Amino acid sequence: MAYLDHAATTPLRPEVVDAMLPFLTGGHGNPSGGHRVAQRAKVALEEARERIAAVLGCAPGEVVLTSGGTEADNLAVKGAARAARDAGIGDGVVVSAIEHKAVLASAERLRTEGFRVGYAPVGPDGIVDTDRLAGRLDEDTVLVSVMLVNNEVGAVQDLDAVAAVVREHAPRALLHTDAVQAAPWLDLRGAAAVAPLISVTGHKIGGPVGTGALVVRPPATVRPEIEGGGQERGLRGGTNDVAGAVGFATALELTAARRDAEGPRLAGLRDRLAAGLAALGGVERHGDPARTVPGIWNGRIGGVESEELLFLLDAAGVQAAAGASCSSGAAEASHVLSAMGVERGAALESVRLSLGHTTTDADVDEALGVIAAAVERLREARKPVRPAS
Amino acid sequence: MSGARAERVLVAMSGGVDSSVAAAMLRDDGHDVAGVTLRLWGGESDSGCCSVSDVEDARRVAAQLGIPHHVFNLADDFEAAVVGPYVESYAAGETPNPCVECNRAIKFGRLLERAVALGFDAVATGHHARVEAGPEGRLRLLRGADPAKDQSYVLAVLGRHELARTRLPVGRITKAEVRARAAALGLRTAAKPESMDVCFVERGRRVEFLAGRAPATVAPGPVVDRAGRRVGSHRGVARFTVGQRRGVGVAAGERRYVVDVDAATATVTIGGHDDLLCDSVALRSLTFVDEPPPPGARIAVQSRAHGAAAPGRLVGDRVHFDQPQVRVAPGQLVVFYDGDEVIGSGTATRA
Repeated sequence: MAYLDHAATTPLRPEVVDAMLPFLTGGHGNPSGGHRVAQRAKVALEEARERIAAVLGCAPGEVVLTSGGTEADNLAVKGAARAARDAGIGDGVVVSAIEHKAVLASAERLRTEGFRVGYAPVGPDGIVDTDRLAGRLDEDTVLVSVMLVNNEVGAVQDLDAVAAVVREHAPRALLHTDAVQAAPWLDLRGAAAVAPLISVTGHKIGGPVGTGALVVRPPATVRPEIEGGGQERGLRGGTNDVAGAVGFATALELTAARRDAEGPRLAGLRDRLAAGLAALGGVERHGDPARTVPGIWNGRIGGVESEELLFLLDAAGVQAAAGASCSSGAAEASHVLSAMGVERGAALESVRLSLGHTTTDADVDEALGVIAAAVERLREARKPVRPAS
Repeated sequence: MSGARAERVLVAMSGGVDSSVAAAMLRDDGHDVAGVTLRLWGGESDSGCCSVSDVEDARRVAAQLGIPHHVFNLADDFEAAVVGPYVESYAAGETPNPCVECNRAIKFGRLLERAVALGFDAVATGHHARVEAGPEGRLRLLRGADPAKDQSYVLAVLGRHELARTRLPVGRITKAEVRARAAALGLRTAAKPESMDVCFVERGRRVEFLAGRAPATVAPGPVVDRAGRRVGSHRGVARFTVGQRRGVGVAAGERRYVVDVDAATATVTIGGHDDLLCDSVALRSLTFVDEPPPPGARIAVQSRAHGAAAPGRLVGDRVHFDQPQVRVAPGQLVVFYDGDEVIGSGTATRA
């Protein structure tokens, strides 16, 4: 077995499980309550929040705990845009063309509510073209969303450059960045310095699924999406998941503490993977390797449809993914690759291999062997013929 | 075809009961089975395959059976090979059989080709029909064991090369037995209703679907009688098929039927029941499971998926009926049988 789908989700770190267990087996207090059991839960929750804030480079009061990255993106994009319009600031929203569907769907929702929504294009390297971004900004732009690291191709944006363009051309806009895929690889304190809204999640860094946060720093304000008992300073109702918060905090700390060692280790494994794949011939890697996180390889293997390759890989115990999946599990041509100028046929021959904290040398060896055999088989079987459409 | 040796079989699982039981039967016969659900259509539809819940049903059944399950997105191929020709057929005033095209081009075309590339020996489906080896090993396509559920008609376009890699396990049993086996295995699809409609068109919205893709099919035009006299008007040829009685929109003493649809002039011709009868039907795109029968061979002719077969003879590209038959709508598949055995097929033309 070689699990090369860490960008989809990661195995829980054992230390995270250990940290969570006391709260799953005994810490049953509702942190909003008044008795001592509840107070213990409240203390644990706030300690976790402080640890999360320290890693993210913000104040504990700026951390809004959510159910994950998707909720954080929804709260950031819809919540900030609606709050800004309510305040009479403006009605323009600009997002990059390669955002996660959570951002794109939120932007589309805003469009149906009368917001002006623009899409900032990217180059073949997956990096936002700041000149063309500038052309989509104006005085009435209230929110700009650019993901720090793309989930499909791993492209790392120059957030400082984006922030500078936003400051100049849309002085009233808030910058949001989806840092879900950045968390394993980058020090997010840099992002916090320029983006007042930052989305993160636990399960991409060895933490539990169902945990995450939106950082909301001044001058940003958001209108809540989920209202209830006033939790999270009124920005996100619902009983807090103490075990989840503790697990998320632990995963963030471990990830940060090991980043300097893990980044180069996994970059080395990824480069070995890339070299082995290049040796297959007819392979085109997507994006600029110098501006890609260590954990992701995304490329086209010419003459091999990704659905067929993934079928053989799965049968041989190697888990990987096409760029994006719809809810039924069928492969779709990726909007990210399309935005990068990759034509549809090539996109349907593209796969993403993503490495993470459990990936070993042996995984890379196993995957390369399995992929080489599968590619040879499929190329030998035939040149795929797709009816013209 | 079962029991001889263990094969690697890819089962096309629609999420319905027949293909669920097909997978179970092949597994129980000792074959190495994997399930696949095809995503064929991204648009709106409420009938048949492709919905997320159908994929989920197939996935859950596969998990219950302990076989792997995958989803293949063949929507591009389906659009090119099935949906496009379906629209073109209506635009030409014909009445297509999209399920036949799907079997030909998708399930036993693209999917079979992919299955072979992936190392499978065969593709299986839940169709009620049988593939059996006849004398000298010649493969025969036969009606399913349950006469009421026979689906050999929609597979009649397959040839011996496809049949060699086709497994149809439920064709050996009745639909009641299929449901009983599914219930005995505790499969969640045991009581699932059958899908009856064209899977990519919402129920009752065929005309709207066609209007969006081929506006000429909903352009108004004249209704004329057999003598060419205008007797009324209609709101688009897409609403009519030869043999249809409803909706001809004219008041008349006796019952009137559509006897011809001319898409080029948007003209619908109506007549009495006698005008519907014909002695023969001209065909195009003839196919034969194996060799063509000798000229003039006696055959039974079936021109609807579940219609009765009429005796006749095949001469060249024309079928002659022993007794006058109701006209076959152009575009419909006409299947030739010898008893329970499918000999071949052709597509009815206007000529």
